[in-house]
Amino acid sequence: MKKLLSAVLATALIVSMLSGCAGASADTAATQSNASDTSAVSSDSSDQASTGAATFKIGGIGPITGGAAVYGLAVMNAAQIAIDEINAAGGINGYQVEYNFQDDELDNEKSVNAYNTLKDWGMQILMGTVTSGCCVAVASETAKDNMFQITPSGSAVDCIANPNVFQVCFTDPNQGIAAADYIADNGVASKVAVIYDSSDVYSSGIYAKFAEEATAKGLEIVSAEAFTADNKTDFSVQLQKAQENGAELVFLPIYYTEASLILSQADKMGYATKFFGCDGLDGILGVENFDASLAEGVMLLTPFAADATDDATKAFVAEYNKRFGENPNQFAADAYDAVYTIKAILEAGNVDPSMSVSDICEKCKSGMTSVSIDGLTGLGMTWSADGAVNKAPKAMEIKGGEYKLIQ
Amino acid sequence: MKKIKMSKHLKDNLTTFSIVTVAFIIVEILKATGHISSLMKGLLVPVCIYIICAIALNLCVGILGELSLGHAGFMCIGAFSGAFFSKCTQDVITFAPLRFTLAIIIGALFAALFGFLIGIPVLRLKGDYLAIVTLAFGEIIKNVINVLYVGKDTDGFRLSLKDTVSLHLSGEGKIIINGAQGITGTPNDSSFEVGFVLILITLIIVLNLINSRDGRAIMSIRDNTIAAESIGINITGYKLMAFTISAGLAGIAGVLYAHNLNSLMAQPKNFGYNMSITILLFVVLGGIGNIRGSVIAAVVLTLLPELLRGLADYRMLIYAIVLIVLMIFNWSPKILELRKKYSIKGLIGAKKAGEVK
Repeated sequence: MKKLLSAVLATALIVSMLSGCAGASADTAATQSNASDTSAVSSDSSDQASTGAATFKIGGIGPITGGAAVYGLAVMNAAQIAIDEINAAGGINGYQVEYNFQDDELDNEKSVNAYNTLKDWGMQILMGTVTSGCCVAVASETAKDNMFQITPSGSAVDCIANPNVFQVCFTDPNQGIAAADYIADNGVASKVAVIYDSSDVYSSGIYAKFAEEATAKGLEIVSAEAFTADNKTDFSVQLQKAQENGAELVFLPIYYTEASLILSQADKMGYATKFFGCDGLDGILGVENFDASLAEGVMLLTPFAADATDDATKAFVAEYNKRFGENPNQFAADAYDAVYTIKAILEAGNVDPSMSVSDICEKCKSGMTSVSIDGLTGLGMTWSADGAVNKAPKAMEIKGGEYKLIQ
Repeated sequence: MKKIKMSKHLKDNLTTFSIVTVAFIIVEILKATGHISSLMKGLLVPVCIYIICAIALNLCVGILGELSLGHAGFMCIGAFSGAFFSKCTQDVITFAPLRFTLAIIIGALFAALFGFLIGIPVLRLKGDYLAIVTLAFGEIIKNVINVLYVGKDTDGFRLSLKDTVSLHLSGEGKIIINGAQGITGTPNDSSFEVGFVLILITLIIVLNLINSRDGRAIMSIRDNTIAAESIGINITGYKLMAFTISAGLAGIAGVLYAHNLNSLMAQPKNFGYNMSITILLFVVLGGIGNIRGSVIAAVVLTLLPELLRGLADYRMLIYAIVLIVLMIFNWSPKILELRKKYSIKGLIGAKKAGEVK
């Protein structure tokens, strides 16, 4: 008992010293910034040291805790694989690459904090952020510092508003347009229902353009029902609306977790219809406790399928499986491509790590528009100066529990 | 006797002001001499935002004695109305300080207005019920903003609750609030200096209110509603007054938030109940009713998770443990007893007593 008391007392003392410090010195911001001030100095000196040791410092930002952690972890892991491969093969222009990934908890403010942390670390190129909202916030900061940024999966148009930001994934509007075009041009259906997440930038972004393009192409949208992040477990109302209005196809511009619920609920209702999704649906076959046979016949436009048979994909999937024990999704593939894109432009521009961040950015910007990458998510990817990628979306259909390329 | 008490208040307030000012000057010196990391520089404005929020909520929780879990909602209203104004007038008012001042006033007024409107039905409730209803209102605000689409073209403003397509904007029209995508491209007018001035204004408002006639009336409602009513204090009026001011101040914090980042979205993370609870955490850990404590707690708890980044995966775990330890240290009766026994003041007092002997 006495020991316990003394232990508690000791802890209390330590804490009281800390918080006493806060009270007495009037301000923790000051004391802590004093502390961090030394770390800033040391990071400055390590900055100079790093130019001596000559390594490229690539940073990454994404959610690796919380609800969206799946996406952040996929990007973090895949980029790690790519960077390890590059380092093992002798690095970029003969220089090794250092990699640091910071958590942003899917919060714009935390994302900027993560960016500042990476800046203190000496980051030269940012491979991130994973999500659109955070990407917009961070992009305005990278624009101020003129740091080159390539986002694997931030798909909103606002992400690439600045000339220093490029995307590996499709922009949301392009996905919406491509989906509507595909449905209309191939005569998949004429009466379409949409179920989308109005609280999600990705989903509402695709929906807005899909609706526009669908009307232009003569598709009839018989019902467009939204749900929000706070209310995404029961979709019977939305499905009923679609069924009542006689939709031949339900368009799901959402992520696979919700889509798997929609599929099983439609099955319970006895509502057999076609489902069509975008790249967010990739991964639906891997959902736990989900009867994959329900996904039979689901069509999706996605740049990547883990069971594709080309050598690059096979090798990547095998390596990812070996190290992290699961199949990579398209976020992972986008991140892997992003790292190799960075490698290609750094080599094309003959960049070395001693150059300033701003100079590297200029070299990369000019390199980006002339480069052509054969990656996991597309062959012959090219970029326009506005930052959007040019690659062909692949239409896949789930057949016999596998993604199969249509056409 | 009365005079001494007044001067004690004054002394207390002056200490709070000087703490904030000294902190500001130290940080400014560090900034000027370049001895501050980018992370810290980026954290300065958020720290100001949360300090203002904590003070605002402390007025409601500590002084009025009503537990509100909807302050993130008021912050959200302030943020969106302020950012909306800035975005609309970006080309008209090119003088940033003037535009930002107007945005702050508009944000505060809107948040206060909603605080007033929500306060009328909500403040009839007490305790847990009030907390639950304010929580619900906070969520409602966030969700309504998430389906709000506002565009502007030559004919004026267009509003829709469905999607951007149904705005029917003409050619050169632009979307200002884009539903879940919120407002992007708000001018970055927030700075540490502005934040500091706003903290001072907030402190002046709240501390003066506490020490005024109205403030004493508000505290009497907290301490004993029936007694307060019996001596003719307008309970509803004073409750509404404190709640409205508190909402308005949260609105100021919201405007500062909106002008700090380029993109403003009403996500569960920044304007959901999680944020309301985080703000409440500042208040509770800093000491309910203790304004200076809220300021210090807001600073520590905003910086802590960022400074723990070095711990990588253990960051959130350590943060939680620190919170628990702080909570025990601040509120556990046994620890309070021990603190009284071994407090610095007590030790100095004993020493002095010894010297006298």
